[in-house]
Amino acid sequence: MAEYGVFDVIGPIMIGPSSSHTAGAARIGRIAREILGTDFIRVIFYLHGSFAKTYKGHGTDKALVAGILGMGPSDENLRNSFELAKKQGISFEFIETDLGYYHPNTVKIVFKSKDNNDSYIIGSSIGGGSILISDINGNKVEFTGDYPTLLVKYHDQKGMIARISTILANNDINIATMKVSRENNIATMVIETDSPIEGNIVDEIEKIEGIIYIKGINPIMR
Amino acid sequence: MFNKAEDMLKLCTKKNKRISEIVIEKEIIMNKISRDDLLDKMKNVLHIMKESSNAALDKEIISVSGLTGGDAKKLEEYRKSSNPLSGDIIVSAMARALSTSEVNASMGKIVAAPTAGSSGIIPSALLTVKDKLNLSDEQVIMGLFTAAGIGEIIAKNATVSGAEGGCQAECGSAAAMAAGAIVEMAGGSPEASFHAASFALVNILGLVCDPIGGLVEYPCALRNAYGVINALISADLALAGVKSLVPFDEVVEAMYKVGKMMPEPLRETALGGLAATPTGENIKRRLSH
Repeated sequence: MAEYGVFDVIGPIMIGPSSSHTAGAARIGRIAREILGTDFIRVIFYLHGSFAKTYKGHGTDKALVAGILGMGPSDENLRNSFELAKKQGISFEFIETDLGYYHPNTVKIVFKSKDNNDSYIIGSSIGGGSILISDINGNKVEFTGDYPTLLVKYHDQKGMIARISTILANNDINIATMKVSRENNIATMVIETDSPIEGNIVDEIEKIEGIIYIKGINPIMR
Repeated sequence: MFNKAEDMLKLCTKKNKRISEIVIEKEIIMNKISRDDLLDKMKNVLHIMKESSNAALDKEIISVSGLTGGDAKKLEEYRKSSNPLSGDIIVSAMARALSTSEVNASMGKIVAAPTAGSSGIIPSALLTVKDKLNLSDEQVIMGLFTAAGIGEIIAKNATVSGAEGGCQAECGSAAAMAAGAIVEMAGGSPEASFHAASFALVNILGLVCDPIGGLVEYPCALRNAYGVINALISADLALAGVKSLVPFDEVVEAMYKVGKMMPEPLRETALGGLAATPTGENIKRRLSH
């Protein structure tokens, strides 16, 4: 039986009309910005399932754009996000598509930089404003954005998990969940923690030999 | 801690406390939060609820899709200028519930209670009773904790999601939470609160979730207006001493099972009920172009 708190049932405070199609969409947009950075001039949203069918009436489009501009799901400027994006010189496009076997409320967000570099994430809004990020630039991942999250990619070798978790433990950070997957000898690790991961800790882990990529992501507020 | 109404009622008796106090004590322990911070957080919730349930009373608010809106204002004007058949308090409560639903559909700020689609019911019920009984904000805040306690029990043992359990799980849960809360606000016992919450669920057991075009608009707003009335009459029944033959925990289980038996077209997929009428289908086509 899941535990519920008072503000799980009287909350969240959010911009309507739908916790899954609006609040969740804003959070996916926001986490895309956290992961992919702010160096983008154009964004393409590939909308899948119910997102593709009802995005206009639910304001999913406005919520997604608000998210990539850094707004959270209770920001009253959400409905003005198209104008705000234009002011910042960011163009965007929505394409209805079929991404395959994904949750009905799924979006693939592609960031295009000035020099035409593409990067993307795939995220699903799984109900009540909860989200699940499942792909970052082709790397299969699985995390919710509810916790501080550490993404690490490295050349697989013995002892890597121990070395990374030791650094976290030495900095008094408790691991909530950890998932590791591997493809062609490259491992992808997703760690959700109970307390924030400061930049110096990320720097320390980055120094371990064999690390290809590391990124700390702040929790995305509800 | 409490998982069921039965646990809650035992705690209320043992500690000689109201439901709201038991919920506050649990929340303080569970989330390691001070009582003052917790009450402040709920005060902010009440503030947003007040704004959303008033915003569309004197100003026409239209949804993002353009499909619905302006009805809260119509009701409020009717209430002021006519002699409503069902009485002033009923029409005023419906107008307030519609107001929050219209704010929600226009991408305004609301508190999901327990969901965005059913967000009009609890604010309207509690604020209507506040006015009727001249209560303070502090008393309404206590009512919100009572509502939350009942909502937690439903969420733990059943569901508050329309996609899982139909509208009975969303607007039914909201009405049950509201009914229990206003009974406590009116001085009723914890037992009476759960009788009221039971009535609210019993009254709409089996109600389907069939939003036209898949949007949280029609019939959602109407069912919020109906939901607050359901809460008010359920509370009156309980305050008059009427008892629910089936205990709340069993009513919740029945609601859950009915939801599980509901075919998928009737669970927020926009494939059945009003959504599948010729008019519903036409609107859906129009909206997707």
